[in-house]
Amino acid sequence: MPEMNIIQALNHTLKEELKRDKNLVIFGEDAGSFGGVFRVTLGLQEEFGEERVFNTPLSEQGIVGFAIGMAQKGMKPIAEIQFADYIFPAYDQIVNEMAKMRYRTGNQYSSPVLIRTPYGGGIHGGHYHSQSPEAQFLHTPGLIVVVVSSPFDAKGLLIAAIDAQDPVIFFEPKRIYRALKGEVPEERYSIPLGKGDLARIGKDLTLVGWGAQHHQNMAAAEDLFKKENIDIEVINLRTLNPCDEDLVLLSLQKTGRLVIAHEAPLTGGFGAELAAISQEKGFLYLKAPVRRCCGWDTPFPHTLEHAYLPDKDRVKKTVLETINY
Amino acid sequence: MLRYLELDGTLNQEIKPSLDDAFIVHCYKVMCITRLVDEQMITLQRQGEISFALASLGEEAAAVGSAGALELGDWIYPQYRELGVLFYRGFSIKDYIHHMFGDAKDLIQGRQMPNHFGSKQLNVVTVSSPIGTQIPHAAGCAYAMKLQKEHNVVICYFGEGATSEGDFHAGLNFAAVKKTPAIFFCRNNGYAISTPVREQFASDGVAPKGVGYGMETIRIDGNDFFAVYTTTKKAREHCLAGKGPFLVEAMTYRMGAHSTSDDPTRYRKEEEVAQAKETCPLKRLKLFLKKKGVWSDEKELEFYAEVKKEIREAIEEAKKTPRPPLSSLFEDVYFRMPRHLKEQLNECAKMFGDPPHA
Repeated sequence: MPEMNIIQALNHTLKEELKRDKNLVIFGEDAGSFGGVFRVTLGLQEEFGEERVFNTPLSEQGIVGFAIGMAQKGMKPIAEIQFADYIFPAYDQIVNEMAKMRYRTGNQYSSPVLIRTPYGGGIHGGHYHSQSPEAQFLHTPGLIVVVVSSPFDAKGLLIAAIDAQDPVIFFEPKRIYRALKGEVPEERYSIPLGKGDLARIGKDLTLVGWGAQHHQNMAAAEDLFKKENIDIEVINLRTLNPCDEDLVLLSLQKTGRLVIAHEAPLTGGFGAELAAISQEKGFLYLKAPVRRCCGWDTPFPHTLEHAYLPDKDRVKKTVLETINY
Repeated sequence: MLRYLELDGTLNQEIKPSLDDAFIVHCYKVMCITRLVDEQMITLQRQGEISFALASLGEEAAAVGSAGALELGDWIYPQYRELGVLFYRGFSIKDYIHHMFGDAKDLIQGRQMPNHFGSKQLNVVTVSSPIGTQIPHAAGCAYAMKLQKEHNVVICYFGEGATSEGDFHAGLNFAAVKKTPAIFFCRNNGYAISTPVREQFASDGVAPKGVGYGMETIRIDGNDFFAVYTTTKKAREHCLAGKGPFLVEAMTYRMGAHSTSDDPTRYRKEEEVAQAKETCPLKRLKLFLKKKGVWSDEKELEFYAEVKKEIREAIEEAKKTPRPPLSSLFEDVYFRMPRHLKEQLNECAKMFGDPPHA
């Protein structure tokens, strides 16, 4: 089985899917011959031509609006938004048009667009190249929200997103785009949307995260096991909508303690939703208050990003406070 | 500004290729149906039967003239003042009135306000409220047509107010850069709700913007059925020849209010409206048809009576039609209803005493 990083896994998958499905079209700012600023689409225009893989004008609302029209006409557009921080000019097209198309037209038209976008901090990108805006899309019915955290997941989730009949926002963790390598099967496979991954089995506390943060959570869990003999169950949600509630609740039933960690700011983040679900449906399992370990409620900083991000040390601290409650 | 039909119903130049009388009469009838339905819907709203109505009074030639120049395989992205297009394509008065009531027979199950029509069968994409959002969709759809090697075009309608939205600029730019077969049809009717064109833009109307984006552009008299028809026909041929998109600025006038929630007496004078009514597209085309001897006041009375009867019957039927089922509130959010929506549907059904859904 070949070993790939996330960029390679995405590039390999897009290439295979372009071969498989003539309806698939890929575009975005610099996504053509240049291959995108992160090189995810490298070599695709050369192989599949300028009609199917191309640069667009510098307009996110145009990219998404154009993609919606293509999808209505039966094509499968994969639109790249260069950085998740720049998705907001397209926000109206995403929340008012793409997400509602099937509903507001009485199932006559749909717009199963796939929007790929790199998100998250840890690359010294300041607040316009580091944000995690997933929660902004979880408050909109009609969207599927995916967050990738490994090369294996990148392929399986991308294929599931391509096969989806609904619009998908596909967040890619640019911090670990190249840093993380893993085995990726060559054959086509998909990871069902709405199924989380039980990444580490434990008994003392349930730790939930997604994307690049998942690796901080894993590192925290390993440290705590080695140094404190605390055995943490770690869940990687993979998709936030639909959300694998059962996986979280079953784990909570076993451990009685829950910590959620995400890079996005604390207030109104998806951690709040998980905390609400866990007390609504798992109140009697709880031995301690549900805690969140998240980005602060500030804009994403540049120089002090190490103090902003909920790294493994901050996660460990929150976990210990919850264990010792 | 291109014009063939003068206010007195005479042609100032020959129309080439010439049009069949029967076709012109048919289009005139569709314009009349549009006017009569619109007027009746405003009354219904005033009577409290429906929540809202929005009419295209005075803009019927822009809608019907352009629809008449297209083929059924061409896709239409309307704004909301293009009811004439829908009727030209064959949407029935009955189905439209079900939509206006938002009842169980409404194609969109009462999920949007009235006047948000659309029909997959007729290649009319359902209207949404945000202004101009359909413009980049039209560009994308036209690009898909190009890749699918279809011999069809897309037409996208909007008002002059929409040209201030980012989506207008993005949509025209994408369409031009990708050389798509898209006709952008702007109804410059003078007002965006209460805002007159002089407060909308400082440019000489909308046409220079098309030129700016590098596309073929023309300004026409939008109340002249023949100018609209021949221009749209020409634009369609231009698109099919692979020459890229085409912008039409059709000068017209919104004779009525923006919608039933608007009071235009607060921002424009009666004299202005009275003067504009002189250019009414129905009046002008009727004069032309009467001069040709293919239409008469008697025929019109008879036709109006028929249409009014059809409208009355459709209203009676809509009044008797139940609301859409509760399940329709939760369906079509996704391709398959996810678990959390099934749970919410059942919670909602319990409130209303409905049996649980599987």
